[in-house]
Amino acid sequence: MRSAKLEIDGAVKAYGDFVALSDCSFSVGRNEIVAILGPSGCGKTTLLWSMAGLHELTSGEIRLDGVPVTGPRPEIGLVFQEANLLPWRDLDANIHFPFEITGKRPDHGLIAHLLDRVGLSGFEGAMPGTLSGGMQQRAAIVRALAQEPQVLLMDEPFGALDAFTREEMNRLVEDIWMEARTTIAFITHSIEEAVFLADRIVVLTGRPGRVSRIHEVDLPRPRTTEIMASREVFDLNAAIKAGITGGHRSGKAA
Amino acid sequence: MGDTTPDFARKGSGGGASLANLSAFAPGRGGRTVAEIAAIALTALVVIGGAELALRLFDVPLYVMPPPSAIAAALVTEFPSIAPHLGHTLVELLSGFAIGASIGLVLAAIITQFPFTEKIIAPYILLLVTTPMLALVPLLILRFGFGYTPRIIAVALASGPMVMINAATGFRRVDAAKIALARSYGASTLQIFWKIRAPMALPMILVGLMIGAIFGLLTAVGAEMVGGGFGLGNRLTTYSSMIQMPQFFAVVLILSMLGIAIYLIFFLIGRRWASWEA
Ligand SMILES: Nc1ncnc2c1ncn2[C@@H]1O[C@H](COP(=O)(O)OP(=O)(O)OP(=O)(O)O)[C@@H](O)[C@H]1O
Ligand SMILES: [Mg+2]
Repeated sequence: MRSAKLEIDGAVKAYGDFVALSDCSFSVGRNEIVAILGPSGCGKTTLLWSMAGLHELTSGEIRLDGVPVTGPRPEIGLVFQEANLLPWRDLDANIHFPFEITGKRPDHGLIAHLLDRVGLSGFEGAMPGTLSGGMQQRAAIVRALAQEPQVLLMDEPFGALDAFTREEMNRLVEDIWMEARTTIAFITHSIEEAVFLADRIVVLTGRPGRVSRIHEVDLPRPRTTEIMASREVFDLNAAIKAGITGGHRSGKAA
Repeated sequence: MGDTTPDFARKGSGGGASLANLSAFAPGRGGRTVAEIAAIALTALVVIGGAELALRLFDVPLYVMPPPSAIAAALVTEFPSIAPHLGHTLVELLSGFAIGASIGLVLAAIITQFPFTEKIIAPYILLLVTTPMLALVPLLILRFGFGYTPRIIAVALASGPMVMINAATGFRRVDAAKIALARSYGASTLQIFWKIRAPMALPMILVGLMIGAIFGLLTAVGAEMVGGGFGLGNRLTTYSSMIQMPQFFAVVLILSMLGIAIYLIFFLIGRRWASWEA
């Protein structure tokens, strides 16, 4: 078992009387990719924002390298649900925005490489409003990666994309991970996406949000089309699906 | 797993007091074609020429409605004597607007940071917006005499609340996700204000400035009509009392041009700095 990079230890988050997240515990290992899977409104964003130090937990603790996370940390990069680019800035200015805040000097070579990597070279001057959803999401990933975070958190990075673009983006994330080996945790609605990308899949159930199961995905990388079409993947998909519907039923009965 | 729940990262939308359409800042779809320009010029020619012809044909007396040619002639011959008054009006408008707009902007930025305070003072702002500040001019003249002062105060009082209420609408457009983005990199409150809130509010601020400037112009001219021997408003009362209608309409024409200039200035600024909105 690899050592834990990010630990979520009994995290509880309530908005007033409403408990969005109840007693969540799991960890994200160093250089591991963890998928967080769960139905809409089950508290996934709440969980990820807490992991990024953007929410104060009602109780419990998030630890990065064993040190409690009490606020935003430069080692943690967050890619928001729906790109979240600043519409009044062009792509280049969007990618430089974090540097303006931190005062760090941008690594122009790295930015150029990342833009090239995600196929956005030549779009530096484009305004976000003129770009497709997929391009915006790729730009948001570049913005986060340009900070060279040790941990990359992504909130439904490809939720709004069509199946083709989505698959392409999944391969891109795999490539980037194989290149940089950052620790990644991402949220998704898609079981296929989770199985394709993750080393482990944390399944949440809603109202209040808590961990219902954790699946290990023991598949070699890169995950080729043949691997993804294997019996093992089919069984895993079925097991996850069964777990989710089961969770829903018990949730409704309660 | 398809139930929809409200998402707090949803784009914030400012409700309330926008008085003009933001789409005015949308970039035009390319340049005008020759045919369009020809059509515009032709229409202008027909309207002005038609007015000229009709007024002459029906022998409308000069003191009722002078023909366009007489107004144009008056504009040219009388301009040297009107120009100083234009200068006075501009001084009142620019200084009153500068004072009112700055105070309005600062107040909007401050009150929107404190939603509770905002609720308490909102009715008074509404009162300031809806009260025609011209009504106060006689009182101001009583207190400050017939110089620039009462007029500048009136212009500031007319434009300030307009700027404030629109700017406040802009500043209220909190987008939790964009602020969280800045916070995730450790942004300070001041950085969040200048790098997120202010640019997000800019389109509404520009709308407020445009409306404020137009209201300022109306109030300046109105105040000049009430008292004091100078300014374009004073020219209007003087010329009409002497039944010098061509001169009167020449001044009206200058005022229209001022209004259009104000609109154009903010339109161009908006197109340059706030076109992302559309
Ligand atoms: N700031 C807030 N104040 C009050 N309630 C909130 C707030 N943020 C989220 N909630 C509620 O908490 C619950 C979980 O929200 P969250 O956004 O974390 O869900 P999610 O799993 O990310 O949903 P989705 O898949 O739609 O993005 C929802 O019921 C939501 O209405
Ligand atoms: Mg979410």
